[in-house]
Amino acid sequence: MNEKSTSLWHKLFGDPIRAFGVASLIFLISLAIAPAKNFFSEWRHYQHGYLRMIRNRSDANTLQRRFQGGIQQIWLPELGVVDRCTSCHVGLKEASLADVSEQPFRKHPPIPHNLDQFGCTICHRGQGAATTVAEAHNSTLAWEQPILPAKYIESSCGQCHRGPLPGTPQLNQGRNLLAREGCVHCHTIKLPDGSTMKPADDPPSLSHIADKTTREWIYAWLKDPQAYATTATMPNFKLSDDDARDMSAFLIANSTPVTGDTVTLSAKPSSDPATGPSLYGESFCASCHAVQNAAGNIVGGDVGPEITRIGSKLKPEWLQAWLRNPRNYDPGTGMPHYRFDDPQVATLAGFLEAKTDSDLLANVHLEPPTPEQIAHGKRLVSDYGCASCHEIAGIKKPENFAPELSRIGSKPITQLIFLPGMSHTLPDYIAGKIRQPRAFSPGLKMPQYNFTPGQIDALTTALLALNERSVTLPPSLAVPATPDTDYQPAGKAGKLMTDLACFSCHRINGHGGDMAPDLTWEGSSVQREWLVQFFKNPGTLRPALIRRMPRFNLTDGEVNELTDYIMTVYQNPAIDRDSMPLSGYPQGQVELGKQLFYGKYSCQGCHIVDTKVDKGYIGPTLTHVGSRSTAAWIYQWMKNPQALRPGTIEPNRAMSDEDARALTAFLISQKGGDKREAAKK
Amino acid sequence: MIRYSSGALTLVMVILAMTLATSCSHKSESAAPPRATAFGVAIVESSGGKQIAQTGSLLPQPVVVQVNDESGNAVAGALVEFAAVPGVAFDPHWGLTDSSGQVTTNVSLGGMAGRYQITASTLDRSHKKIELKLEEIALGYQQMLGRLLNEQYCDRCHNPESTVERVSNYDNLEVKPHPFTEGDTLNKISDADLTAIITYGGPALNKSSLMPAWGNTLSKSDIQALISFIRAVSDPPSRSAGPIYAKD
Repeated sequence: MNEKSTSLWHKLFGDPIRAFGVASLIFLISLAIAPAKNFFSEWRHYQHGYLRMIRNRSDANTLQRRFQGGIQQIWLPELGVVDRCTSCHVGLKEASLADVSEQPFRKHPPIPHNLDQFGCTICHRGQGAATTVAEAHNSTLAWEQPILPAKYIESSCGQCHRGPLPGTPQLNQGRNLLAREGCVHCHTIKLPDGSTMKPADDPPSLSHIADKTTREWIYAWLKDPQAYATTATMPNFKLSDDDARDMSAFLIANSTPVTGDTVTLSAKPSSDPATGPSLYGESFCASCHAVQNAAGNIVGGDVGPEITRIGSKLKPEWLQAWLRNPRNYDPGTGMPHYRFDDPQVATLAGFLEAKTDSDLLANVHLEPPTPEQIAHGKRLVSDYGCASCHEIAGIKKPENFAPELSRIGSKPITQLIFLPGMSHTLPDYIAGKIRQPRAFSPGLKMPQYNFTPGQIDALTTALLALNERSVTLPPSLAVPATPDTDYQPAGKAGKLMTDLACFSCHRINGHGGDMAPDLTWEGSSVQREWLVQFFKNPGTLRPALIRRMPRFNLTDGEVNELTDYIMTVYQNPAIDRDSMPLSGYPQGQVELGKQLFYGKYSCQGCHIVDTKVDKGYIGPTLTHVGSRSTAAWIYQWMKNPQALRPGTIEPNRAMSDEDARALTAFLISQKGGDKREAAKK
Repeated sequence: MIRYSSGALTLVMVILAMTLATSCSHKSESAAPPRATAFGVAIVESSGGKQIAQTGSLLPQPVVVQVNDESGNAVAGALVEFAAVPGVAFDPHWGLTDSSGQVTTNVSLGGMAGRYQITASTLDRSHKKIELKLEEIALGYQQMLGRLLNEQYCDRCHNPESTVERVSNYDNLEVKPHPFTEGDTLNKISDADLTAIITYGGPALNKSSLMPAWGNTLSKSDIQALISFIRAVSDPPSRSAGPIYAKD
């Protein structure tokens, strides 16, 4: 073999002239390879394929005329984009190719941005300057970032759009989860606008926990929070029995009592099986609190904690004090201060105490703790970072307890440690870490969360949006979020509104919850007398809507205080409440309004004016609208409902002034006459 | 000279081959499916067909299929495999039927908007393949926007089904609106006509005045998005909804 190759060498290069000839030949051929390589390039192959495909189409001429051969490129210097994707993806901008499913010839689906202004890699990632599929789509030695899987594509919207968008439900959900599930208690997330993401949950203080519950319950909770409540936010720290024993010992030993935190009532809890549930129902507890029913479904609101097994948790004396006035134990709670009297507190407490689960604490038997166990418990409480979320007397909230996530979407893959069998991509790493953090190392402190696959995708999407590009973006491209205001109503009425926790459900001036109507313009919208009656006996305005507003047993003085404040302060500057009368419209105008209501505008499709004929189930029932709304509000509402309540589903009908006035006249005459007539009979 | 140049040519060919050699692709070996302990004669859908999800994302509910024997009883221990076009992911890819004869899988749809055909298959005793084909709908950006608008503005009347959160108004209307899945009717109405009905209300095309005009409430692009959603969910499928992604 060796001899043979030597002879070949000799044959080729033995003679200097021959060697020169051979070398020249090699040189010439290798020179020829360069254009040949170009000729056989992938993009040329795809462009030929494209031309073949369009040849037989009816719009072949137009498509051929618009086709540009050679390497195409979108160059956006201010964004750092050099995208040659359009060299192969030839038909991206051809509207008529909507029926083509063959890649890379598909038309880009409609999006709100122009491809020429943003390029491709801003959204899809990958290597824009590459001209082969492998280099453009996959990660290479020189390029880490592969194409972003379609399911995380919304993360790219989040690079510029810092607030929620209607078209990015997954990104919005992920951002909400980051705040609501407590991620940002431990992980700092500095947003590209310089602010820091704030938690949206409210983990309770543990400084006075012995007033509230028992050590046994704390033990069971620490071991498995979801065994107590499937919807619990608290993650599972996978504690050993001994660790849970010592931590519960410390938390009880560390707790200090608060005056008034526990009361024993003179009234005995009612043994009547009907009064408890009916008071629970009348008080609309289920608007905020959920209960797991026999079928395993969670029924009720998610503003407050789930209370399926609350009797196994709370001490009766604490529960009674809490129901009497929750603000005594937790001044910042979202729970309203119902004005229950002692028998009502006893009834409700009795009803709630009966919600127990005998399995929960059956196997929890704890000996009185030793000082060493308490000391060990304290160490564990600091080590696990409990104080990142909970206020605990004597333990400082740790700073930077977990890695900062402000740039997690650009984390170099070389810095990540993957699990065996896992694909080496950043999205998979992030999703895997959220799904099962301790799989990456048993010593990790990150606890086990209970997220659904959809929630994990949403969280990953939100985290991928936190990348270098979101920071280096030209400021003109950033679309800032509109953060919640910290609006607080003033004076006595303001205190009352805080006490009743109005903002847990209602939104006013950009602050508050979204369960109940926005009250920013309530003073322009309703008549004073109606509002007084509503506070005394709230109802729902819509036939198909479950009533959620509780009655708070307010005194007449309190009702007046609130009503005066709302009527004076919450007024729309564009509406003069007194500019239109509440009665006395000419009969002809009322009749015209009626015809418009049932004819031209067919309002009865959604509303009920005459309970005998109309069936509309969508908008508020209008039988009493004349004693509820102000005429000026109705008129403006007819003209442009979205101007008064952005996003309301009442369509804007671009009514003439005359039509709007006639409809106002007709509606303001609906003062619940049926009822009075019925009463006369 | 010819002899020599042929030697040189070999050398050049070697160099050429080395230059043009592309990086070899690794194909990962996935674990082998478990062995079936039982066989059925039929495979049926329990739940999870005709669902709607965003492109690339998980279907809201898992897909559940059941394997039955000759007399229609559930078969436990039969192997079911799921397949679809590349881009569709199953978790798990296969499974043995449980005691109620069912296999459950979570499905993520591909990155293109359109209908995806997924195939669940099992083998009968003679190792003949029995297949069940299900269709799922992936919505692109515009169709997702349309879906959100539909939920906010249209669904309450156009969808006869009530949920806990939303009571349907369908039964209260004298003239019944068309549910958007009614492909037989809606596929015959052109985009232009649908746009006119949504923009100017039912009377614009001599239809019920209970359908109000939305032209001052929704933008042109909103209405386009709504129509693209209606086309995407209609049953039978609308021609303009695009191709069906099926594995052949």
